[in-house]
Amino acid sequence: MYQYDEFDQRIVDERAAQFAGQVERRFSGEITENEFKPLRLQNGLYMQLHAYMLRVAVPYGTLSAKQLRMLAHIARKYDRGYGHFTTRQNCQYNWPRLEDMPEIHRCLASVEMHSIQTSGNCVRNVTADHFAGVAPDELEDPRPWCEVIRQWSTFHPEFIALPRKFKIAVGTTPGVDRAAVAFHDIGVRMIENEQGERGFQILVGGGLGRTPYIAQLIGHFVPKWDLLSYLEAVLRVYNTHGRRDNLHKARIKILVNALGADEFRKRVEAEWALIKDGPLKLDPAEFERIAKHFAPPAYEKLPDAKAELDKLRLGKDRELARFVTNNVSKHKAPGYAAVVVCLKQKDVPPGDMTDEQMDAFAALSERFGFGELRVTHTQNLVLPDVRVSDLPALHAELSKLGLATPNHNKLTDLIACPGLDYCALANARSIPIALEVMQRFEDIDYQNDLGELNLKISGCINACGHHHIGNIGILGIDKGGVEHYQIMLGGSAGYDASLGEFLGKALPQEQVVDALTKLLHCYLGLRHSVEDRLIDVVRRVGLSPFKEAVYGPPTIRQGVAHANH
Amino acid sequence: MQIIRNGAIVEDAFVHVANGAEIPAQGDVIVSLSRYVEERDALRARAGKVGVRLASNEEAHTVEPYLGEVALVAIEFPTFKDGRGYTTARLLRDRYGYKGEIRAVGDVLRDQLRAMRRCGFDAYELKAGKDIQGALQAFGEFSESYQGAADDPRPLFRRRNRAAI
Repeated sequence: MYQYDEFDQRIVDERAAQFAGQVERRFSGEITENEFKPLRLQNGLYMQLHAYMLRVAVPYGTLSAKQLRMLAHIARKYDRGYGHFTTRQNCQYNWPRLEDMPEIHRCLASVEMHSIQTSGNCVRNVTADHFAGVAPDELEDPRPWCEVIRQWSTFHPEFIALPRKFKIAVGTTPGVDRAAVAFHDIGVRMIENEQGERGFQILVGGGLGRTPYIAQLIGHFVPKWDLLSYLEAVLRVYNTHGRRDNLHKARIKILVNALGADEFRKRVEAEWALIKDGPLKLDPAEFERIAKHFAPPAYEKLPDAKAELDKLRLGKDRELARFVTNNVSKHKAPGYAAVVVCLKQKDVPPGDMTDEQMDAFAALSERFGFGELRVTHTQNLVLPDVRVSDLPALHAELSKLGLATPNHNKLTDLIACPGLDYCALANARSIPIALEVMQRFEDIDYQNDLGELNLKISGCINACGHHHIGNIGILGIDKGGVEHYQIMLGGSAGYDASLGEFLGKALPQEQVVDALTKLLHCYLGLRHSVEDRLIDVVRRVGLSPFKEAVYGPPTIRQGVAHANH
Repeated sequence: MQIIRNGAIVEDAFVHVANGAEIPAQGDVIVSLSRYVEERDALRARAGKVGVRLASNEEAHTVEPYLGEVALVAIEFPTFKDGRGYTTARLLRDRYGYKGEIRAVGDVLRDQLRAMRRCGFDAYELKAGKDIQGALQAFGEFSESYQGAADDPRPLFRRRNRAAI
């Protein structure tokens, strides 16, 4: 993975010192809270319901064992013994104190980490496919490109006060999307043209929140050495023309849709033409310097392990068999596998991990790999380089930590925002719904029978739990002071990106999981086989049968409506 | 009043004249671009220098025809959250080759100064009531930048021989 040189380290150290000074000036009253707000935000510090919340950047989701141990140390010493992995591959703490921030930043800087631009109206942490570098289907590792973007966007002086936040994701696998690329302000997709040259499709204006949009294709084929000048052109058009009069209309998606993709493209390409052959053109030697850090580790030369994997999947140890079936992914190197470790344990909020689990997990990443791990945008972790022959031993260790639930890409591998339990914006709690789903549908055989599906829960329309792009989405709302939940169907975060549709009127909390049960029962009745996923059925038959399953037949629904009047 | 120019605190004699207000017979003034365009001949004939002020929604190209004759270009920050002025300054330097003074006015705070300088500003009217002496420290907080800007167009990788580790 990327290692800082003296320049990177100096920039992060100087940032930590700068913020320490800003905190001091805040305490002395020299700067007002209003003036301090953007400074703390661009250092990842939010004011939440009960306390500050600190968001630490995990660039493109790659962490070393040493860094995870530091995250554990911070959880133990400055928080309440746990951290929370987020849908943007970052790590959050819910209880840090402002006066501890300078020390926390120094801790982070000592392991080449920071919380720079994890919040605020600037370019945020760049995200990527969590199987980057090991996925057999990728054209190349996306992380060197992410690092190029990270450096370009870090303290970019022209873009420190954008109309709104700005998120970029990178994918390099044609026809596959594991990073929700189409739902970012800019989605960068590597493609190969007919001449076999690599370049990027640039999608712009995706996003969720109160106005969800799928990003539109703006750059059809941007040669790879021109990536930064193209991004700079998009940002410059946005900084100049994005709306600043209304916070809810300030994201780039609103600008793209107001202008139309063609006019937006025209403006970007006019700007790009003036800068593309300037100093932003990437230098292949510098790219090589960065790419070297991501060179494959020293894999042992092992025979292909397909037969061994099949044996494990059919083995007598049913727990292990389920785990290998659901949580183990293909790897570039023969004899190796990537293992998804779901942070979706019963009774624990999705994405949470204790300091002890982090320390133990760091050790596992060294014993079963090269001391590297990944954070996924679905709030899980990945051990990217596990020998297939080690899977039984790894599974046994994960079981001891309570991290061996074999539910990857299944119903209880859900994501949820912190909701009203923590968040100042939320209208309803998300975590209790998530926990109830995990309890009710704990039976993994039933989940396996349901097949591949995902559930995403948000506690308000800001959609941090990505409810629009869940095959099933749940949105918490406030209805006359009582928490209610709306159910959506048909969303997808993948290459076949789609936005879900609301099923019907909001339900009170105690009816939500019952409604899910009915809906899933309805799906089982409609599908042709286990390969016929929920999303396929919804796309084929529409919402009507599901509406009926949850709310009753239309005639009865009308009757109920009358009775209510 | 005191302003920061080229990293030092200096006395400055320019007076901001609002639209509709009378232009003093002599002395250095800063007027809005629209007023400059309307009263250009009279303004150029009077004694004293004339600078123009761009509102945050006035793009760099709007002032381009006058860059050869104005004493300075002031760019307004109605609030520190409005970052359009950064792009405006960069384009004045990079695209239109403007070499004169670019002055930040309005909600100008210490923690924006470094980014402003990188985008091409060289003078700053710090918001009233703020510690102008302390603000000078903002320029020295970082010794490196990753990306090129108006101060130096070369990204870090073009400036340094960054040997692979």
